[in-house]
Amino acid sequence: MKFVDEFRDTKKAQTLKKAIHKLAARLAPTQTRPLQLMEFCGGHTHTIFRYGIEQMLPDSIEMVHGPGCPVCVLPMGRVDDCVALAERPEVIFTTFGDAMRVPGSHKSLLQAKADGADIRMTYSPMDALGLARKNPDREVIFFGLGFETTMPSTALTVLQAEREGITNFSLFCNHITTVPTIKAVLDSPDMQIDGFLAPGHVAMVIGERPFDFIAEDYEKPLVITGFEPLDILHSLWMLLQQLDENRHDVENQYTRIVPENGNTPALEAISKVFEIRDFFEWRGLGSIDHSGVKMKQAYAAYDAEQKFSVPNLKIADPKSCQCGEVVKGVIKPWDCKIFGKECNPETPMGALMVSSEGACAAYYNNGYTLKTGTTG
Amino acid sequence: MLRLYEIAIHPMKNVRQGTHNMGKFTGKTVTLAHGAGGKAMHDLIEQIFVATFDSPELSQMEDQARFSLADLNLLGDRLALTTDSYVVDPLFFPGGDIGKLAVTGTINDLAVGGATPLYLTCGMILEEGFSFDDLLIIVQSMKATADEAGVRIVTGDTKVVPRGAADKLFINTAGVGVIPETSHILANRAEVGDVVIINGYIGDHGAAIVDARGELALEMSTVTDCQPLNGLITDMLKVCPDIHCMRDATRGGLATVLNEFAQGSDIAIQLDQTQIPVREEVKGVCEILGLDPLYLANEGKLVAIVAKENADALLTAMQAHPAGKDSHIIGVVEKSPKGKVILATGFGGNRIIDMLIGEQLPRIC
Repeated sequence: MKFVDEFRDTKKAQTLKKAIHKLAARLAPTQTRPLQLMEFCGGHTHTIFRYGIEQMLPDSIEMVHGPGCPVCVLPMGRVDDCVALAERPEVIFTTFGDAMRVPGSHKSLLQAKADGADIRMTYSPMDALGLARKNPDREVIFFGLGFETTMPSTALTVLQAEREGITNFSLFCNHITTVPTIKAVLDSPDMQIDGFLAPGHVAMVIGERPFDFIAEDYEKPLVITGFEPLDILHSLWMLLQQLDENRHDVENQYTRIVPENGNTPALEAISKVFEIRDFFEWRGLGSIDHSGVKMKQAYAAYDAEQKFSVPNLKIADPKSCQCGEVVKGVIKPWDCKIFGKECNPETPMGALMVSSEGACAAYYNNGYTLKTGTTG
Repeated sequence: MLRLYEIAIHPMKNVRQGTHNMGKFTGKTVTLAHGAGGKAMHDLIEQIFVATFDSPELSQMEDQARFSLADLNLLGDRLALTTDSYVVDPLFFPGGDIGKLAVTGTINDLAVGGATPLYLTCGMILEEGFSFDDLLIIVQSMKATADEAGVRIVTGDTKVVPRGAADKLFINTAGVGVIPETSHILANRAEVGDVVIINGYIGDHGAAIVDARGELALEMSTVTDCQPLNGLITDMLKVCPDIHCMRDATRGGLATVLNEFAQGSDIAIQLDQTQIPVREEVKGVCEILGLDPLYLANEGKLVAIVAKENADALLTAMQAHPAGKDSHIIGVVEKSPKGKVILATGFGGNRIIDMLIGEQLPRIC
């Protein structure tokens, strides 16, 4: 497939693999522990597992799979709110597919659908708006979810609804922000990450500059990274290059998509519709200041949280879950007490087992056996 | 409790045959009267089902189709019996429809066990208001597919349920076949050193259904691979009577069948991604939606595991048949890790291909 296969080329991969091993060998004598490099984004985690990239790396490099899977980090209380909204008889509740399985305290959206709620999977918020047009006697709620990557499309949909005077459409806003979350990871006392692969599609919207503080204040190297397997290897090589040269800069590997200053119309739409929340609750990480957005008062008519009352209860994560420590690289998924036992992809307890992009689910499905060699 | 309006193709008593007066149904819809036992019901049976299926067993006018055991005995030493229900939405999709699917699916379930498929039943549940034009197309499609595969539809049953109690049309088919003495195909017979063969491109049916649902307005042209496999399998068994494992890769895709073999035989299956045939347009759908072709449904694909020394002759025979022209060796059976399917990613890494948990859901980003 054109413009895809080029970024999955085996020969180029082998060249990069050699270069990575060479640099890693040069760095190894200076290390007392394996280098910990974090890919923040769930999309990167997916690529790493799908192409078996971890097995291509030397033992002196450990990938830490960060908190950037918006489905995984959705707290149970918010899922309960979704279910409460979806179960209102007048509501058609629309959502991205992989949010269907996230467990709430009583049930997931998938279970709520089986129990009779009108819940439909959509591929775009514009599809939800289309449903609102077609069903003027119903209230269509879109479950807005994701980092800055998906924020512009939801913002533009709200603006479109306003332009068309559609009154039976609203947004249940659960969008989250990247920078405060990376900062929370960096500020945690047990953190030992040596460098970051930064999310390419978030950067496509917000540009390179919001990541500067990581290089300047925390003195960690960072490479904005694309989502094909060669992108990942190339970026890992760039990170090692920085470490080898004792640099900590913000570099952009994904120049074919990411402009330095981001996407101005997208940013305008976001700032027109959304404003920063004081704090947002994350599954596995707890409450993080300024890590989410809500709808501005001017768009209250399109805000499902204001239009309907949602329970908005805070439900604590199960005590046995160690997702927070896994996300920060303090322990490996299989070191968690309940990994693969009470917590598995069929009955996920913790955030990271929920979506195929969560580190625990990814190890459970793809990599655990190969990485640790426990079976066979 | 739903009130069910039952009619049956059998018994055939008091049904006049062969009037071929289907025109009277044109533009009309199924009503509860078509299940009420009167003239409407008789016309439906006679003029749509009996006239179209046109098999000698139907004219025996009894509650059941009857077969000579002596004749069956000539074909093998074991009877194979299977059933499957078809509820696909939409009913019509690129390259096929629910009728074609209902016949091929059951034929293939018999054939992959080494059986020669012979007879099918046809149970239909119709929703009140269903279009006769569509019903005719579907019934004719069943007949054409059965003829192509050399099997007969010999008995059936139809129910009409009130609007909303079923989604347009559900079909159940059961099938009977006979297994020859030489064939012992089982999921627990894969041995270390065996090779894994597939008869062509994977994921076509799954992609065609996504396309036909029209939720994405894709500019693509994937056609279902829905096809009977018994002809291909007959040719395969001629050159290689001792196929160790064979199943059709339907729901859950190639990945699911291979996991069944790996667990059933307590061996590992090592796949080579570069050898697995996937069409460019199917790859495209999967890229856009975040799906994996290994888990997409097929309706005309079989996976066989055979001894290495038989593989070349088998592959040549498969490639000579229209249903197997794109056949490929995609992997080998290894000792460990036991019960696992491992894919060499074509990028230098490996990953484990597990059973699918729940439904494949599109990823957010």
